[in-house]
Amino acid sequence: MAAAAAKPAAPRPKVQLVWEPKELHRRDWMLVASWSLFALSSLVGTLFYVLRYLFPNVTYEPPLQFKAGLPTEFAPGRVDERFKASFGTWVVRNELGLYALSTVCTHLGCTPNWLEGEQKFKCPCHGSGFRKTGINFEGPAPRPLERYRIGLADDGQVMIDKSAKFQGEKGEWANPESFLYV
Amino acid sequence: MKEFFNALADPSRFFLIFTVAVFAMLKWREFFTAPKVALTIFFGAVVFFVWAIRDPGFKANITKPDNIPIIFMLFLVGFFSWLSLYRAVKNDRRIDRGELPEEAVENPKKVLTWPDLVYSEFLCMLIGTAVLLIWALLLKAPLEEPANPNKTPNPSKAPWYFLGLQEMLVYFDPWLAGVILPGLIVNGLMAIPYVDTNPKGNGYYTFKERPFAITSFFFGFIVLWVSMIILMTFLRGPNQAFFGPFEPWNLHKVEPTVNIQFSQIFWEQWLGTSRPTGWFLRELPGIALVVGYLAITPMLLAKTVCKKMVAQMGNPRYLTMMIMFLIMVAMPIKMVLRWTFNLQFIVNIQELFLNI
Repeated sequence: MAAAAAKPAAPRPKVQLVWEPKELHRRDWMLVASWSLFALSSLVGTLFYVLRYLFPNVTYEPPLQFKAGLPTEFAPGRVDERFKASFGTWVVRNELGLYALSTVCTHLGCTPNWLEGEQKFKCPCHGSGFRKTGINFEGPAPRPLERYRIGLADDGQVMIDKSAKFQGEKGEWANPESFLYV
Repeated sequence: MKEFFNALADPSRFFLIFTVAVFAMLKWREFFTAPKVALTIFFGAVVFFVWAIRDPGFKANITKPDNIPIIFMLFLVGFFSWLSLYRAVKNDRRIDRGELPEEAVENPKKVLTWPDLVYSEFLCMLIGTAVLLIWALLLKAPLEEPANPNKTPNPSKAPWYFLGLQEMLVYFDPWLAGVILPGLIVNGLMAIPYVDTNPKGNGYYTFKERPFAITSFFFGFIVLWVSMIILMTFLRGPNQAFFGPFEPWNLHKVEPTVNIQFSQIFWEQWLGTSRPTGWFLRELPGIALVVGYLAITPMLLAKTVCKKMVAQMGNPRYLTMMIMFLIMVAMPIKMVLRWTFNLQFIVNIQELFLNI
């Protein structure tokens, strides 16, 4: 015990001021390699998506104006559903002429279905019902379906312009552009 | 028999029966929570399902992968409602005899959040994860073809937990049923600790000490939320028309409903004149009705039925609570008016996109 007590204290390690390149051990190499790989892949990934961001995913919508064919193609009293999927428009013919209805429910924007047997548009989301004229009569829809501008093109075809909307509750259906007498 | 159930499922009747059943359960809780009675009701429900599932339409509706969790949920909601009332009845008897509630005797000391609470929460989380895993393996996800804005499924239904919201949207404008009312639900729930400072019932089940609070909860949750989920899941078919549980989903079911506005009823039916042209005068009766309902009813109640409540809670708390409560009650009022009178809107200002 006495001998152990007499043993001098271990010398304090010298403070190393200069960085000396250590020998790269196998384990350290793995560590350095994986961190480098991580940094590199983050950098490349970030760069890739920054560049990718410059080219957004665009779905080009169909043009707002389209020709719907000759007025004689539309049977009287019928709701024409040919342009429902492509242009979101129903073309209806009554005794006097043609009008184009929007296929967007005025309650929350679902697409209603035309029920031939009941002669009404019926929305499957909350049960709003519209008459053939587009006027709302049941369910929660607060206002009629909107009508689009309709006219005749130079070649005699029906021209529908979705950029102009006519709202029945504002009395805009009296506008001559919302109805085509043919 | 099936016609009888179909007739019961008419929305007004269904809602009335459901509401009366919940209130009867609360009123005669001593009878209904007795284990023999509760078990009889449970087995009655099971027998009903076993009998009804032989009907192909009912079976198709019930066993849709979307709807199976709702059936589980209905039984769970029933079980936990029973459990809470059963223990409340037991405690109420003890309190009447001058004893402490069961929970106070079982564990008289306060327990710590950690580990007592967090530990059991952790266990529940593990069990929940396991149940979800098994569920996901057993039931296939009801996936459909990619969404197409031109082809809306008929009927289009929200996920089951949103069906209450979707049902509200049938009766109100989107800004109200989709924004204001859900916001009020969330804010109202957050306000409960500040509005309801009554310490009775903390940590133990009781009914007699908190009749109003518990009844409001049962009304808001069971009657308004759960019954709306049932209504929307099982009783609404194509075109959002109502169908009885044993009625085939006919796409062309004729429902002769033509909406009427409150302004029409007031000016044309009651006064026998035509409606004024300006929106303000036209909708004045409806506006007066809504404002009166929300402003005058709390004052009237404060002077009459709720005198004691106002004295206990103070005016700000009472008003907050009562207005929330009245808005909650307005929901079924509007629903029943739509079902019975086809009343679409009480205030109908199309010019400003403002309908109530």
